[in-house]
Amino acid sequence: MGIDFKQLYKTFSLKELRKGLGVTGRRLFNRKITVMYPEEKTPKSPRFRGLHALRRYPNGEERCIACKLCEAVCPALAITIDSEEREDGTRRTTRYDIDLFKCIYCGFCEEACPVDSIVLTDIHEFHMEKNGERLIDKQRLLEIGDQYEQQIADARRQDAPYR
Amino acid sequence: MATIEVDGKTIEVENGKMLIEATDAAGIYIPRFCYHEKLSIAANCRMCLVEVEKAPKPLPACATPVQDGMKVLTRSKLARQAQEGTMEFLLINHPLDCPVCDQGGECPLQDQALGYGNDDSRYHESKRVVPNPDIGPLVSTEMTRCIHCTRCVRFGEEVAGVMELGAPGRGEFTRIGTFLSHSVDSEVSGNIIDLCPVGALTSRPYRFSARSWELQNHPGISPHDCVGTNINVQTLRGVVERVLPVDNEAVNECWLADRDRFSYESVNAPGRLLAPMIREGSDWREVTWETALKHAAAGIRTVINSGSANDIGALAAPSSTLEEFYLLQKLARALGSQNVDHRLQQRDFSADAEAPLFPALEAPIAALDEVRAALLVGSNLRKEQPLLSIRLRRAATKHGAIVGAVNVMDYPQTFDLSETVTAAPASLVAALAGVARAVASAKGIDLPTEIADLGGDAALEKTAAALVEAGAEGVVLLGANAQQHPAAATLHSIAQWIAGQTGARMGVLAPANGAAAWLAGCVPHRGARGESVADGGLDAGRMLSGGRRGFILLGAEPELDAIDGAAALKAMRDADFVVQVSPWLSETVMSYADVILPMAAFTESAGTFVNCEGRIQRSTVAAKPMGESRPAWKILRVLGNFLDLDGFDQVTLDDVLAEAAPGEPEPSARLSSARYGSTTSTDGDGLARIADMPMYRGEATLRYAPALQRTADNPPPAVGLHPNTMATLSLEEGQTVAVSASGAELSLAVAADSRVPAGCFHLPAGFSESTRLGLDDLFQVRSGGEA
Repeated sequence: MGIDFKQLYKTFSLKELRKGLGVTGRRLFNRKITVMYPEEKTPKSPRFRGLHALRRYPNGEERCIACKLCEAVCPALAITIDSEEREDGTRRTTRYDIDLFKCIYCGFCEEACPVDSIVLTDIHEFHMEKNGERLIDKQRLLEIGDQYEQQIADARRQDAPYR
Repeated sequence: MATIEVDGKTIEVENGKMLIEATDAAGIYIPRFCYHEKLSIAANCRMCLVEVEKAPKPLPACATPVQDGMKVLTRSKLARQAQEGTMEFLLINHPLDCPVCDQGGECPLQDQALGYGNDDSRYHESKRVVPNPDIGPLVSTEMTRCIHCTRCVRFGEEVAGVMELGAPGRGEFTRIGTFLSHSVDSEVSGNIIDLCPVGALTSRPYRFSARSWELQNHPGISPHDCVGTNINVQTLRGVVERVLPVDNEAVNECWLADRDRFSYESVNAPGRLLAPMIREGSDWREVTWETALKHAAAGIRTVINSGSANDIGALAAPSSTLEEFYLLQKLARALGSQNVDHRLQQRDFSADAEAPLFPALEAPIAALDEVRAALLVGSNLRKEQPLLSIRLRRAATKHGAIVGAVNVMDYPQTFDLSETVTAAPASLVAALAGVARAVASAKGIDLPTEIADLGGDAALEKTAAALVEAGAEGVVLLGANAQQHPAAATLHSIAQWIAGQTGARMGVLAPANGAAAWLAGCVPHRGARGESVADGGLDAGRMLSGGRRGFILLGAEPELDAIDGAAALKAMRDADFVVQVSPWLSETVMSYADVILPMAAFTESAGTFVNCEGRIQRSTVAAKPMGESRPAWKILRVLGNFLDLDGFDQVTLDDVLAEAAPGEPEPSARLSSARYGSTTSTDGDGLARIADMPMYRGEATLRYAPALQRTADNPPPAVGLHPNTMATLSLEEGQTVAVSASGAELSLAVAADSRVPAGCFHLPAGFSESTRLGLDDLFQVRSGGEA
């Protein structure tokens, strides 16, 4: 076993350390990229898949027609739908529940929806405080849709050329 | 035999078969819409076009007979082009509303568009829209989706026997619709839902409630008639959503009667009894099972201790299962009472001792297709046993069978009756004796004096001659009216003489699961498997004529189930203690019962059914019993424990079945010796009542099914009178009349009914109104009274 002089030189001249500090020194005066969340936020893709919403048509009619394709395609079995014939003879849901703990945010439900009713919004900051809040019902989903319609519509419009 | 080659595969086929039959048998699929194996060939959808060698153009496989040496290509370029073109044309006017269509997911058009269609449409013009006719409470329409395959039209014309749907118009203007009446009222109309290859005709009660892919299948048996129809009960998250037929060529083929298809609605209907209830004074209280069973056991014991076990009567609804019948009779007999029966619709029990093992059809059901002569005795076959009527219709229309009928009303059938005799109930025996006279003269033999004494002029000569000529290919069927007749034994004996002399086979078509009741011993004079028991048991008729102080009712609401509702209601009101085991809560029952135990409905409990040919079939549990309700066999078993009776330790349904051990019963419909004893005589002034059981009123399961109750087969009760009788009494249609006899009076609207013979009026049983009148009196009908 001989002595590796090359290695000894590297060790005692602190070459590696100085190389590293050099990077630090150069970056020290660059613009910072740290995002001060939650005051600051990174931009999101229009395809971001966050909290669900049910949309309405501009005339206020709910889009969902209870075809149950989202329920069928859901790989996590997170969606539960009951349907009926509404008084005006149209097919409507009486129940539309999403279990947020089961949901894996894959977006298949949105892909399957023939009427663009169920969508994934870009809301990702949501939490539950009480037991049972993980289940969001039709009423809540429609409220989310009503509240964020502008944003949902914008995101869909931006993505439209690529679909 | 012909040898053909399809896609390189050699197939042997019978000559004269169509190409599509050959490929189906060989497992080669050819797309189709209008072709259906049970219907005639229309060849109007053109979807089954295939390439045949040496043929200049593609040929429709459903209308091309096989020829020896034929070479067929089903997936060649020419065939594919033809199929794709057809599909493109079919889709021109078909709306793209699959997401809201109930057929979506089980739609042949959807599947075949995927398999044989193009991936894009070149059609950009506007599609046509067709208005939707309202064709009744069972079938909903969406005629824009129709592709004019005419399966529904052909079904009505060929199978159901009433052409209620038609296809007037040509080309673009073709419309499927009811061109004669306003609704489709056939008793088998639900089958057009299954036949429709698109979503144009869908089930109305099922409308928009589920999707086909999420339903779970549970094989079952329909309890409503003696056919033992195989059904598939489909559930979604434990709720029964619909019932579909299961193909069984020997029993129901691929059909269902509307009764079998839509009765499930009662299971989910409001009015289900969800917890055991006991009476406290005039109030009712929901209690635990233990309290209720203790109360029931104590009440039964009190009745027995203050009198004798003979004071207890046990009555089962005929639609119960074999196991339930068995445990009920075992319970009653363990208590020391032989009073157990299910024949709530029967009035003459004098031939009980001579009766066959169970009411049976001596031929296989499928053999009815090929009978050459048939005699219907007191049977509205079409409404009583719709699927047997389909078979007999096939015999009459395809094989030219001669069918004659002796009835109390001139019931129209779905086929042409060669001859009919319509006789008032009092002269029905004489009328049937007249047929026997015709048979005797056709055979050149003497009529036995017992029959000759019953009078009657020779009638139905043509049918009699046909029966004699047909021999074993003839059939004599005793229907519900014959069994409900006060001289049922005599009618049975005469019919048996006719069958005996002509060599015809015989059938007694009992309501619901009656055959299982006989085999399980749910009759007063016989135990399970027909074993003899101690004498002294009272039949349903005598139990309901009064004197019983305690009743155990299994699924029965006697005032509506029994043909003599008035007597039944009185018997119940007079009793000290009534235990009812039922899935539904009825106000009338609450007025007389003391304990009501919630029982699982027919889809919630497994059980064994025996059909008229002795076929033993088992149904499975489709859904969890609602609320606190439990399968009736478990209730009876535990009630037996609470009464400290021996032999109620069965753990599973199989244990009960093993104990009841129906074996493989040999169907026979013959009395061991003829009984001409019972006759009827009515002298005096007034009209006789004809009381039959409407097809959707005879069982609680049907009465609580909302859609069936809205059908045309279930009109509100009315006093039916022949127009001539109405004219004699100067009554108008719709006018309120008072019907009275021996103190009882009822005011009801009059309906003109040309089926009713002179000297009679028709007031069906099974309605609360009809419990106010008896059966045997002669009634005065006059205008006035308050409805």
